[in-house]
Amino acid sequence: MASELRETIPTFGGAEREGGDVDLTNWSAVTSTGFAKSWGEAALIVGLAVLLLGAAEIFLRVSQVKSYIFPLPSEVFTALFTRFPDLFWPHLQVTLIELFGGYLIGATIGIVLAAVITQFPFVEKIITPYILLLVTTPMIALVPLLILQFGFTLTPRIIAVALASGPMVMINAATGFRRTDLAKIALARSYGASTFQIFTKIRFPLALPMIIVGLMVGAIFGLLTAVGAEMVGGKNGLGNQLMFWSSMVKMQNFYAIILLLALMGVSIYAFFYWVGKKWTSWQA
Amino acid sequence: MATAHRASAATRTSAGMTGSAPALMTVEHATKLYKTETGSVHALDDLSLSVAKGEFIAIVGPSGCGKSTLLWAMSGLHDLTSGRVMLNGTPVTEPRSEIGMIFQDANLLPWRNLRQNILFPFEIKKINPAPFEPRIQDLLRQVGLAGFEKKMPRELSGGMQQRASIVRCLSYDPDVILMDEPFGALDAFTRDEMNLLIQRLWMETGKTIIFVTHNVSEAIFLADRVVVLTPRPGRMAHIFPIDLPRPRTIDMTYEPGFVQLTMEIKRTIETGVYVPADTPV
Repeated sequence: MASELRETIPTFGGAEREGGDVDLTNWSAVTSTGFAKSWGEAALIVGLAVLLLGAAEIFLRVSQVKSYIFPLPSEVFTALFTRFPDLFWPHLQVTLIELFGGYLIGATIGIVLAAVITQFPFVEKIITPYILLLVTTPMIALVPLLILQFGFTLTPRIIAVALASGPMVMINAATGFRRTDLAKIALARSYGASTFQIFTKIRFPLALPMIIVGLMVGAIFGLLTAVGAEMVGGKNGLGNQLMFWSSMVKMQNFYAIILLLALMGVSIYAFFYWVGKKWTSWQA
Repeated sequence: MATAHRASAATRTSAGMTGSAPALMTVEHATKLYKTETGSVHALDDLSLSVAKGEFIAIVGPSGCGKSTLLWAMSGLHDLTSGRVMLNGTPVTEPRSEIGMIFQDANLLPWRNLRQNILFPFEIKKINPAPFEPRIQDLLRQVGLAGFEKKMPRELSGGMQQRASIVRCLSYDPDVILMDEPFGALDAFTRDEMNLLIQRLWMETGKTIIFVTHNVSEAIFLADRVVVLTPRPGRMAHIFPIDLPRPRTIDMTYEPGFVQLTMEIKRTIETGVYVPADTPV
């Protein structure tokens, strides 16, 4: 620690906030979870995975654990790579459509609503408890109800994804839009800026880091809800297939799907990590 | 209301001292009350001031005396409860393009690089910056920021940030520049450097500058007249004409006359009343 401190060049203008308060209002909570910074580190991370999987393979082979309890890693990868086009890809497409459809609707409404209601503190006070209700209630619980209305189609699942991701995006974006910096607004006003210009040139850039945090958390909630909704009621999708393959005791397929879902989650994180680094590096 | 009498008398005498130059900007009987949850704060009380074209005015006073309120009212960013601000014969009721403002702590937008920050006023005003380009390049050279256009604000030191904000303000060529404790957050050496820079820019451009500060020696160093306000509510305590030769140097701030003046102004700030130095206290 001490040597790290000694090697750190003092930065200008109090910019050394990285690793400060780790909570949702601080983007560094997400970006400071350092990814590999060099190829060496990346190789170590991959090496660890190979080591763990290899150890699991050897342990499972030696201990003769039944494959319906825990399949060999090699069996899982074989299933994933050989059966991907026919067994998994069609269902992955369904899950992606639900996720993107619901997320696009939810996130758009969330950001617009956040931008509007933060301009009216009274409205915000009245609406916030309801948004919190939506954030904290598991939206999967609504799926049976939605199925009664819309049947076993994509619609109830898209609605569930929108309801899960939207409020999450909204509540974070609202935190961002509430970050008003009066000095910067005064600066824009001193050049005769309109309310709209102040929004696009000051309020929105100030809110952007929190909007990106909200978009990431919302996307992950959306994925959880999409899979959950498919498990509750659906004829297709990765969640439905999880139920199907476990009932068939084809655990290598089950784990192959888990792997796909993990990959989707990590991709979401990596994407927003990259977006955050690119667009909000000014505040880290 | 003895103070008010004294204030208007002081305004008149000092207006006489600046010769026959016509007033570019005047503050007439400015009074400001801020409404807060616990009542109202009386920030300014019947303050009048007249600024000639090309003049350098420094405003000093105890903290919370309404110096910034006065400046923000002059910029058109804040309304007055009563009284008015006139510029070129018309009242200032909202920000105007003849007025440029320089804020505390540079106030650069951290998500824009230096060049984008300097072009910010043009973006807001929807003016094509191309004709101003030589002027911007020249200003950047003068303040020693040429070659730093791509840097983000957090990569610049406090002094560099404030110099960038000076370029941002001068780039679109306003007649009047209002500066709100611009160097308060800088260290003493950087502050001296910035004061020399401001003096040079002022002498070269002939702008009218109104400069709020809590640093008395900075005020004397820069200004033609130092305006001292009383503790809240801010009224005129006294106006000190500064007739030191220009260009002034940092060494001059240690000369007996300068120190004497510093003491007089400090005493006026503390008591809110001007007592000439030869009067026994």
